[in-house]
Amino acid sequence: MSQVTVSGSRGLLQAEPLIFEMAGSSRTGVDLPEPKGTANRLGGLKRKAALDLPGLTEPEAMRHYVRLSQRNYAIDLGLFPLGSCTMKHNPRLNEKAARMEGLGDIHPLQPTSTVQGALALMEELSHWLMELTGMPAVALSPKAGAHGELCGMLAIRAALIARGEGETRKRVLAPISSHGTNPATAAACGFTVDEIDAMPDGRVDLNSLKAKLGPDVAGLMLTNPNTCGLFERDVKEIADLVHAAGGYFYCDGANYNAIVGRVRPGDLGVDAMHINLHKTFSTPHGGGGPGAGPVVFSEALAPFAPLPRIVERDGVLAFEEHEFGQATGRLCAFQGQMGMYIRALAYMMSHGSDGLRQVAEDAVLNANYLLARLKPYMSAPFGDGPCMHEALFDDSFLEGTGVETSDIAKALIDEGYHPMTMYFPLVVHGAMLIEPTETESKAELDRFANALIAIAERAKAGDAAAFKAAPRLAPSRRLDDTRAARQPKLRWKPDTIDPARVAAE
Amino acid sequence: MRYLPLTPDDRRAMLGVIGAKSIDDLYIDVPKAAQRAGLVDLPRAQGEAEVERAMRGYAKRNLSPANAPFFIGAGAYRHHIPASVDHLIQRSEFLTAYTPYQPEIAQGTLQSIFEFQTQVAILTGMEVANASMYDGSTACAEAALMAARVTKRNKVILSGGLHPHYAETTKTMAGANGVVLVDSPPAIDGEAEVLKLLDGDTAAVIVQSPNVFGTITELSKIAEAVHAQGALLIAVFTEAISLGLIEPPGAMGADIVVGEGQSIGVALSFGGPYVGLFATREKFMRQMPGRLAGETVDADGKRGFVLTLSTREQHIRRAKATSNICTNSGLCAQAFTMHMTLLGRKGLERLALLNHERACDLADALGAISGVEVLTPRFFNEFAVRTPKKADAVVEALAKRGVLGGVAYSRLKAGAMDDVLLVCATETNTDEDIAAFAVALKEVCS
Amino acid sequence: MSVKYTKEHEWVRVEGDVATCGISVYAAEQLGDIVYVELPAAGKAVKMNGEMAVVESAKAASDVFAPISGTVVAVNDTLSGDPALVNAGPEGEGWMVKLKLADAGELAGLMDEAAYKEFVGSL
Repeated sequence: MSQVTVSGSRGLLQAEPLIFEMAGSSRTGVDLPEPKGTANRLGGLKRKAALDLPGLTEPEAMRHYVRLSQRNYAIDLGLFPLGSCTMKHNPRLNEKAARMEGLGDIHPLQPTSTVQGALALMEELSHWLMELTGMPAVALSPKAGAHGELCGMLAIRAALIARGEGETRKRVLAPISSHGTNPATAAACGFTVDEIDAMPDGRVDLNSLKAKLGPDVAGLMLTNPNTCGLFERDVKEIADLVHAAGGYFYCDGANYNAIVGRVRPGDLGVDAMHINLHKTFSTPHGGGGPGAGPVVFSEALAPFAPLPRIVERDGVLAFEEHEFGQATGRLCAFQGQMGMYIRALAYMMSHGSDGLRQVAEDAVLNANYLLARLKPYMSAPFGDGPCMHEALFDDSFLEGTGVETSDIAKALIDEGYHPMTMYFPLVVHGAMLIEPTETESKAELDRFANALIAIAERAKAGDAAAFKAAPRLAPSRRLDDTRAARQPKLRWKPDTIDPARVAAE
Repeated sequence: MRYLPLTPDDRRAMLGVIGAKSIDDLYIDVPKAAQRAGLVDLPRAQGEAEVERAMRGYAKRNLSPANAPFFIGAGAYRHHIPASVDHLIQRSEFLTAYTPYQPEIAQGTLQSIFEFQTQVAILTGMEVANASMYDGSTACAEAALMAARVTKRNKVILSGGLHPHYAETTKTMAGANGVVLVDSPPAIDGEAEVLKLLDGDTAAVIVQSPNVFGTITELSKIAEAVHAQGALLIAVFTEAISLGLIEPPGAMGADIVVGEGQSIGVALSFGGPYVGLFATREKFMRQMPGRLAGETVDADGKRGFVLTLSTREQHIRRAKATSNICTNSGLCAQAFTMHMTLLGRKGLERLALLNHERACDLADALGAISGVEVLTPRFFNEFAVRTPKKADAVVEALAKRGVLGGVAYSRLKAGAMDDVLLVCATETNTDEDIAAFAVALKEVCS
Repeated sequence: MSVKYTKEHEWVRVEGDVATCGISVYAAEQLGDIVYVELPAAGKAVKMNGEMAVVESAKAASDVFAPISGTVVAVNDTLSGDPALVNAGPEGEGWMVKLKLADAGELAGLMDEAAYKEFVGSL
């Protein structure tokens, strides 16, 4: 147990209140010139409501956020094996490039004659994405993976409407193992979602697919490599079946890292696929975003890519921002996540065609190495064959121990690791999905495997109570989700002010 | 390759442990025909210096606002960002963390989000705010969808002062999900015109203040009329700093307030990444899109924060989720909350006042030019002017003179008001900038 | 009359032409700590096996299906402030909806307590 201290701090880990509890609104960390006091033109709409925003001087603000930061796990601290999330190293060159004068500070509505470099950079990124995927068109503007899914499914919707089948093809098929964003996106586009079954080997059941295909099917949403970390062997046949039934094949590209530079989705019959630049192309996850989700399209769907488009006229690049044939409308103000395009292109150029292929191969090698090392101690439901970039385990090795998947996760925290993805995909019981990525050395993988093996052995030896108490060494012990959800407290409120502090002010 | 730690010896040893002869054995499930024997047709790997040089090459072909008198706003704004903010968001623990699904090792992000949610609620005058959306425009679309869920109606009316990109984004995103969007004609000072289209089938009206022409509008009367029909008032802003000086929508009866947070802490970056702000009333919190951080305690009874009300979200509710959003704008929200903490009330109020005074100075300078007329009756830091020539030609001519002098409204909405130029001044503009702009505009307009 | 059960673990007790419904003890145990119950509006017509309410734990949301067809005449409003009642007494204080019966004949298709017990034992 942690030692009780007067300050509430524990060595390097400083106790830190909320900004609302430490500062009044009389201080500021910015020095600004004195206003001139000229007459205002606000038409009498000056703020009357209270604006009780606390302010901190720069040294106070630095400490506040540095202290908070030390409660976070991060890739730069250790292996981050979240399956499906591709937590790889984020090169700092990319950060530097994104902040360059002339890139980080240009306005989205500058006359295009003054931003030819920016448009050229977007064109170059598009070229790389199209070459790598073997697809003839790309839309850069989607702001994250789920937004890219929306972009792709809206293009499918538009293509169906153009064919006169907008009202008749309303059903979208997706495997039970799909990411939650897939059914959520299909529903957001006005489709209904119909789940298809998996086979015992973790792949799409072709018979289930065939049975569900029909004249009311708009398309299939499938992740490949799939969410079990397996390549869909029959992907070509799946694509052909969907096309023969008059539907489109949307591929969720969340797991593209396993095949980049080696396999092109364009050769697999894909009609649309989003690419998470924050996964495969290393833009930082930033504690939950921002991401970027460009979508590559087949010839069939290319006309329905959204606005804006980049066009070239007499050697000058420009945006088409209003009308462009059958384009679907705008998905966001302006032209998307330029800051992420810069980082992703810097990453691609650094690796090159040779390095990107090595990325995929090392990611797959690392995952299979962990699978091989862990398999004897845990249970790998599809461990008879190789996996792709992530290795899936279930909780059958924990049967009868009283220890659950979530307990393994919390025990890993005490060992200094971020846990793997838990309870996803839903097709195996108590799932643990481990994705090491290619930026881990063999030594780091061994260190992680040794820790996880020790945890598995301890669980089997029957130490359930200790597991339930984990984590004991993290900045916080287990947090009460139920309490948070029963009486939601989503913001600080003045009535929670400590009376003693008020009296002292 | 500098980012790949495995050596050829490592790879051989690891393949041995796996029991595979070569890497090809690990790709046996991929159809042979789909595997490329050689490399894709792209350049080979390059060193850091080479890539940096290439990036500078792109940068050099752009005119940086640092090197020109700069007066563009219309949804994205040039403001000074404190050096400490950019330093802090590059700390590994914020930059290279994932979404805080493991709260015991993510309290840094979670407490920051909780503080962010509180700051946004205070700024907008609302009760609760979420952990961010992609940007203001997608937040606007999500607000329309939420209003349809709350009211179980599907008609949403858009004002003629709503940023045309926001209107288009809302039509694309909410329109696909069955919401019927009804437009009002562009109007510089006509937010209340939405009431002409209001009826008992209306889920919400969307108004903007300051609107795309810069006009500030009193919303209380609109709110009353909207509520009388059982509809919701969605209030949009694109310039977050305006809320340091003008009455917030929450104090004027808005039910959902959405806007762009880029002005506070986030670089212009040619349009993204930005940060969408989303605030509403507590009674609607279970209908909100996106992530929410909430307060709780840990096993020792110590305060901590977790992501909560997650059953609204796609990873749990799937097809019935309130939104498909997963990744949001986490790090931009971090930058926002850090900058806001440095500003505090005192800094924000002064910053807002400086912006307003600069804009007043600019209006005086431009309004004095023969043939140029300031059209916006009440404004914060941006306003519309009528130009004697087509505004897009004026913008180009100004650019040739090295002045980035606003945006033609017709660039945002094709064919509309083609003699209207939208201009903006912030604390970053000097007296010299304003004088240079006025001189150039006078030349261009004569 | 006695309580009847569905295979989806809802229960129903009919008094006169009003049926009180909720989720079974077994269902409440499986769901864990209930944090929120979304109840239908009074006057809403529901069909047997159709969606009637939603119960949420911190990490899951589950539909509660109508054990029988009818029109909602009352809901248990105390659950909005105290969802834990569903855990404390799922087949008592934690009731969810009262329906005006549409077709009493539907009851014949449901399990009685003994049959439900056997059904749960087989899971």
